[in-house]
Amino acid sequence: MAENIIIPISPDSLLEEVLKMKNSECRLVQICSTRTQDGYELSYSFGKDYDLYNLRFTIGEDAQIPSITNIYPTAFLYENEIHDLFGVQIKMISVDYQGTLYRTDKKTPFK
Amino acid sequence: MNISKSPWLLHYDGSSCNGCDIEVLACTTPVYDVERFGVVNTGNPKHADIFLITGGINSQNREVVKQLYSQMPDPKVVVAVGICACDGGIFKECYNILGGVDTVIPVDIYVPGCAAKPESIIDGVVKAVALLDKKRAAMKAGKAPVAQKED
Amino acid sequence: MSKRSIVPFGPHHPVLPEPIHLDLVLEDEKVVEAVPSIGFIHRGLEKLVEKKDFNEYVYVAERICGICSFMHGMGYCESVEHVMGVEVPPRAKYLRTIWCEMSRLHSHLLWLGLLADAFGFESLFMQSWRMREKILDMFETSTGGRVIFSVNKIGGVMKDMDADMLKEFVKILNGMEKDLRELSRTFLENKAVNSRLQGVGLLTKQQAHDLGAVGPFMRASGIVRDTRRMGYAAYSDLEFETITSDVGDCYARTDVRIKELFQSIDIIRQAVEKIPDSEIAVPVKGFPDGEYFMRVEQPRGEAVYYVKGNGTKFLDRVRVRTPTFANLPGMLETLKGAQLADVPILILTIDPCISCTER
Repeated sequence: MAENIIIPISPDSLLEEVLKMKNSECRLVQICSTRTQDGYELSYSFGKDYDLYNLRFTIGEDAQIPSITNIYPTAFLYENEIHDLFGVQIKMISVDYQGTLYRTDKKTPFK
Repeated sequence: MNISKSPWLLHYDGSSCNGCDIEVLACTTPVYDVERFGVVNTGNPKHADIFLITGGINSQNREVVKQLYSQMPDPKVVVAVGICACDGGIFKECYNILGGVDTVIPVDIYVPGCAAKPESIIDGVVKAVALLDKKRAAMKAGKAPVAQKED
Repeated sequence: MSKRSIVPFGPHHPVLPEPIHLDLVLEDEKVVEAVPSIGFIHRGLEKLVEKKDFNEYVYVAERICGICSFMHGMGYCESVEHVMGVEVPPRAKYLRTIWCEMSRLHSHLLWLGLLADAFGFESLFMQSWRMREKILDMFETSTGGRVIFSVNKIGGVMKDMDADMLKEFVKILNGMEKDLRELSRTFLENKAVNSRLQGVGLLTKQQAHDLGAVGPFMRASGIVRDTRRMGYAAYSDLEFETITSDVGDCYARTDVRIKELFQSIDIIRQAVEKIPDSEIAVPVKGFPDGEYFMRVEQPRGEAVYYVKGNGTKFLDRVRVRTPTFANLPGMLETLKGAQLADVPILILTIDPCISCTER
């Protein structure tokens, strides 16, 4: 059975850890946000063959995180999604829809 | 000339899960084959007599549905296919669903089911054809074919 | 100097049964960039976990998409079963496998039909869908539903297939195999069809990896990965090859999917031979507490289900990363440099499922 590993990291080391994933030839599988009591729990999942590595960290409600689109350009859809639905603030997304990817009636419904 | 001999369909997927859409398409293919009744599936609203909508309405497709409806020539009949199009169905409680198709345009025929079976869709289309004739007769007599709904 | 213009594509477009909108930036007839805008069928069903308990949510999960409905239900159930430590009885695992492969058959035939329609070969579309109806009849016989079955539940399945029914199904599939050969000859050998598919929409192996592509779209570019190899349901007991192609054009994608049709029939035959006798469901006690990432190979590729429970009957979070969402960047890449007239085919060859993507 393939591995399913959760790696806790600190929000500051996100880019560094993502770069490590990129250098070990992982593909970006998904980015998921979960609402917690006072912020968000974010999981960045990377896949190599059948293994799944999940970078996990929590941030406060007003915290800003850097975009990883410089390293994984395809992350723009995931990052716009968690911005639109959760209100997570992400700096410097390569294709920033500015909250117009989903255009829901209720702004950031998962917040 | 009688349009009920060959009514043309326009199909739009509101926010359905696809289940009803593929059943609508299945109606036009062998086994069910509504084309034997002269029904033609078209992509152009200006050619269409019957508007089949699947899925509920959200604020994104609200304008699209309204516009497609307004482009269809009179007389026209709207058929809501599947429970989501009828009243929102399982997704009624979702934050992004406004409700069934009748929240935006007047619906003439409701086809229930999740997903609606081809048999019931065909039944709905046959009912729509009968209604089309009635509306046409009303138009000939100088009456409005349909009461316009204000929003 | 060529003229630049932006052509809006969709949301209501005759080639697509579902709404998606693309802004195509053209230089004369050539696409230089494509910007997608989605959200026309966004329902927000991940949020429904707050209103439906984890058992009821199976019905919502099945309605993420009506084409891969069974696998969505199964993926959700298996992830909750992992969190709760429930061991599904072996017969239920085999039944799930059989329904999974039948879903793949129906989905790939549906796609072949839509592809034929996209390049204007209507009778081929009708043929594909005529064959698909046989699979749907089998679904109706075994579950009662044609596209959405609701036979999955946490801890197993709700309906059994007896030996006679399974034997009958294998007989139908054996008959279908012959028709399929004929159908695939038209798709793969007909000159007119080939001219629309060969050399169109190339995606290299490196691009497929970098863009995070999944499923037949990725395998057609030469990456060997099939999530079924992870051995969920009964796949670890069954033998199958991972089907790939090295070319990476629309023809290769068609080729891979057609070969997968025959493979699915083979897997069903193996499963019917090996299916053990046992219960089809186990009772489930308690509430899920914990989290799990479950991956399932859908007809369109790998889907990821993330479930997080908090020990009550309402889950904290359900997240689905569907294959089309992962394939969108790959599709945008193939669009660059394409002729405007090829755009519908390029969109179709990733086998887009928009209601999956937007949930």
